[in-house]
Amino acid sequence: MLVIAGAISIYAASYDFDNASIFSFDEFSGKQIRWISLSLILGFILLLIDARMYETYAFPIYVLVVVVLALTPFIAHDIKGSLSWITIGSMSVQPAEFGKFATALALAKLFSGYNFSLNAKPSNYMKALIIILLPIVLILRQKETGSALVYMSLFFVLYREGMSGLVLLASVIAVTIFVVAVKFTETLILGIPSGEFAVYVLIMCLMVGMLALFERRLNLAKNVAGIFGLSGIIVWILSVFEIEVPGTIYFISIISVAVLYCFWELMKNYTHRLLISIITPCAAVMFLFSVNVVFNDILEPHQQMRIKVNLGIENDVRKYGYNVNQSKIAIGSGGLLGKGFLEGTQTKLKFVPEQHTDFIFCTIGEEEGFVGSVAVLALFLALILRIVSIAERQPSTFGRVYGYCVASFLIFHFCINIGMVIGLCPVIGIPLPFFSYGGSSLWGFTILLFILLRLDASRKMRHNSIRG
Amino acid sequence: MRKDYRLEKRKWVIIGFVMLVALIFVVRLYNLQINDENFRASADSNAFLKKTIYPSRGLIYDRNGELIVYNQPAYDVMLIPKDVHEFDTLSLCRTLGITSEQLQSRFEAMKDPRLNPGYSAYTPQKLLTHLSAEDYGKLQEKLYLYPGFYIQKRILRQYNHSTAANVLGNIREVSQKDLENDPYYQRGDYCGDLGVEKSYEEYLRGTKGAEILIRDVHGRIQGHYEDGAHDIAPISGKNLKLALDYSLQQYAESLMVNKIGAIVAIEPATGEILCMVSSPTYDPLQMVGRQRGENYSKLKSDPLKPLFDRSLMGAYPPGSTFKPSQGLILLQEGIINTSTTYPCSHGFISGGLRVGCHAHGSPLPLKPALQTSCNAFFCWGFKNMIDRKSKYGNSADAFEVWKHHLVSLGYGYKLGVDLPGEGRGFIPNDRFYNKIYGDGRWSANTVISVAIGQGEILATPLQIANLGATIANRGWFITPHVVKEIQDTVISEQYTERRYPTIDSKYFDEVAEGMRMAVTGGTCRLANLPDIEVCGKTGTAQNPHGKDHSAFLGFAPYADPKIAVCVYVENAGFGATYGVPIGSLIIEKYLKGEISPQRKYIEERMLESNTILYSGVKKH
Repeated sequence: MLVIAGAISIYAASYDFDNASIFSFDEFSGKQIRWISLSLILGFILLLIDARMYETYAFPIYVLVVVVLALTPFIAHDIKGSLSWITIGSMSVQPAEFGKFATALALAKLFSGYNFSLNAKPSNYMKALIIILLPIVLILRQKETGSALVYMSLFFVLYREGMSGLVLLASVIAVTIFVVAVKFTETLILGIPSGEFAVYVLIMCLMVGMLALFERRLNLAKNVAGIFGLSGIIVWILSVFEIEVPGTIYFISIISVAVLYCFWELMKNYTHRLLISIITPCAAVMFLFSVNVVFNDILEPHQQMRIKVNLGIENDVRKYGYNVNQSKIAIGSGGLLGKGFLEGTQTKLKFVPEQHTDFIFCTIGEEEGFVGSVAVLALFLALILRIVSIAERQPSTFGRVYGYCVASFLIFHFCINIGMVIGLCPVIGIPLPFFSYGGSSLWGFTILLFILLRLDASRKMRHNSIRG
Repeated sequence: MRKDYRLEKRKWVIIGFVMLVALIFVVRLYNLQINDENFRASADSNAFLKKTIYPSRGLIYDRNGELIVYNQPAYDVMLIPKDVHEFDTLSLCRTLGITSEQLQSRFEAMKDPRLNPGYSAYTPQKLLTHLSAEDYGKLQEKLYLYPGFYIQKRILRQYNHSTAANVLGNIREVSQKDLENDPYYQRGDYCGDLGVEKSYEEYLRGTKGAEILIRDVHGRIQGHYEDGAHDIAPISGKNLKLALDYSLQQYAESLMVNKIGAIVAIEPATGEILCMVSSPTYDPLQMVGRQRGENYSKLKSDPLKPLFDRSLMGAYPPGSTFKPSQGLILLQEGIINTSTTYPCSHGFISGGLRVGCHAHGSPLPLKPALQTSCNAFFCWGFKNMIDRKSKYGNSADAFEVWKHHLVSLGYGYKLGVDLPGEGRGFIPNDRFYNKIYGDGRWSANTVISVAIGQGEILATPLQIANLGATIANRGWFITPHVVKEIQDTVISEQYTERRYPTIDSKYFDEVAEGMRMAVTGGTCRLANLPDIEVCGKTGTAQNPHGKDHSAFLGFAPYADPKIAVCVYVENAGFGATYGVPIGSLIIEKYLKGEISPQRKYIEERMLESNTILYSGVKKH
């Protein structure tokens, strides 16, 4: 029953797409309906295959897809700078979309190995990381940064399967440092940008906080806080006498002092838990140094601009900010109930570029209004929660891990796509599952979901047979 | 099957994360879609091009149906700044026939918040006004080169005669204040300024229409929004038919050339203003088109104040033209009867006070007093009234009664003419004198000059002419007005209702006869036309600034008056020298259509004379 309910919600989601904007793009709509029918057929075929087949052939499928991904840049046509499309006959296929289910299968297979535990030995971590990173690297070579980033969401799976929560925490801290350091560069404090200044202070607080959390016995937190406070007061007094202490030198030295002090305590007391409190500030400082390098040298100009626009540093509504600005206008003009089906002026008159693919949510926002948008959000939320619960009830590790992989992909697409359309995160070109125009994406998610349904169905059968 | 329950709890972290993100999205959507109205406006400004269709402004005709004011198209170059991309400024300048510096300064002025406080990159802004039809054609051809630019057709006024600028008024671009006061206006619209263009603005302007066009991202027009269901056709403004007789107006203006002053002629039976001249005047054409601003400031700074409509704004001492009203009040109050006489020994002499008069018989009753314009008669009458404690108790109360009668005759307050800026003249009240002289410390003698229309008394030529109309009607008047008919509209009751002063109509014949005698054998003999029974009263108003003002109040014919006229010429001396001849020419011209050969010499003299010399105003 629940399987059917889940399936209906998927159909509803894909059917809704039909409804939302398709008739305004006759050409696209026709194709998309064809894609949907094909994906349904594909779904049924997938349901017919024995569940164990997926488990058995997980690695071969993965290897096959990886090979295809590796070959793609060489045989692909250049579409808007992207080398990710392979043309077969009259159709264009994006292999990156199919990499998802292959990777999910491989990861599930890995975890379902006998007595496999992530934390048992480091090489297990390595295996998992390789499975995840291999497609990322290959897709990056196709210049599809967005699709590559999607695989990062699989860290959720690792987390669920035992990866330390500190990794997630660290990534949150890293994002915070990145945002703060990039955003606040205007005013200078102690000769360094205020953002950097804030990051240093943040690192200090973090260090004190971690010490307080992990080492209550040793009074270390108080002492370190004392060191920081005292040095801060000295710098402040010096600045009153107009003696400028160079910010970078000050922070580095004072954090080094604190780290050395902790290290000394560590040697004295042999408390290994101190190690994390020492490594974190060091890593954070290093990360801070790398932020500017990463931002200015590694990211491409259009990516830099998208981030700047998103952080409100640049207000460029003509070029880089145009998409997001127009998409916000489209959504914002929808009001409570929307302008009505096909009545959206923003989308109908093509003010929002890419509105049938990555920016499809605009159409819903404009034509169906707040009510429709929230309904779509609710639909996605329900689907994701449903998948998580399906994953959790899988008796096999394979099923569970696979389920979480599907959930993670969906979460990432959901967060990033809607987030960018409503201007909350930088523009990253990934589609909204089931809604965006495009066969590969639809097929990719169909495969992901139907394999999960198949796995779930076989669980039931097994259950029933035991009962019977 | 191994299950790690510690790890299973981690699903809540993931679920929590997704829920949190969804919640943030909902809040964000709420802010975007429900909290913020701007997006809707932005979307509309993206997609809809609301084009105003201007109605044609109502035409203006004179009382005989002659077209006076009509419309001519003009073209404004408009632009929506946000839609303007880089373009070839040089070629635009060449097309418009301006230099690139001029274009630059126009752009700067457009964006200057002081000059153009309503500037917005999203709304239509005006770059250039009043393009000629030729330049319009050239620009229209090349318009596709300049995205964001468009041409707005507007309506300018055109005049068949260069007369009556003070009555007609003109149109100007709306000011910031107009925009705030009346939501009808949009930036760049025109509205009436001065004259009937202003007072009848709401009839003349009509109702703007609008068409809502849809355009796509490239600014291409995709058609009418919902097939024009929301388009509104403009409704033309209503035509006006003025009460003015244009040939009379032109004639009156020609008589006032090189003179400062005013002429007002009223048809007594209807209150319709037949002509209304303020001199010096200006050509209404000066107020049209691109030169308007320059001309306007020139007129504004002219020491002769051509923009000041003396006929209804000017406050003059009425002088002896005031005496008929005095006669009426004295009769009404029973101070005199038709045979009461007062002595005149070359003036009014009372308690060391002397108001001079000229030689004539003495003592005199009312009619000969009007005929000879005897100061003493009216001074005695006034004194008898104000000082009659037996009737009124004290001077102040008597004065209030006196003032009340004058107000009922139209003095002291605005008459309510249908033109903007009407003055109210001035009739003092007892409080005014109490303030100056102290409570009860004044008497008739203190203020005696008001009895002969001097002193504090001030009146507009319109009010003086209105007294003529009231006497002509023998006891009532209709509020003077310049608009006779409004197309498809009934004119306000205010301009059809008779107003009765507080004086019985039986007393008016006496005064009318006195005025008739002034023409046949008194001060106004020059107005004694052979075949028209003219009634009149001269006025020679002393003024502290120079030579006396020359005034005339008259109506004709005596029995069935068709016209009442007031002529007021500043610094022109005796009423008989300018007031009477001009007034009589107006009456003759209106009633006969032409000036008889015997009187041509008067006409010639009036056309050629120049009294500006005496005004003390130096014209550069």
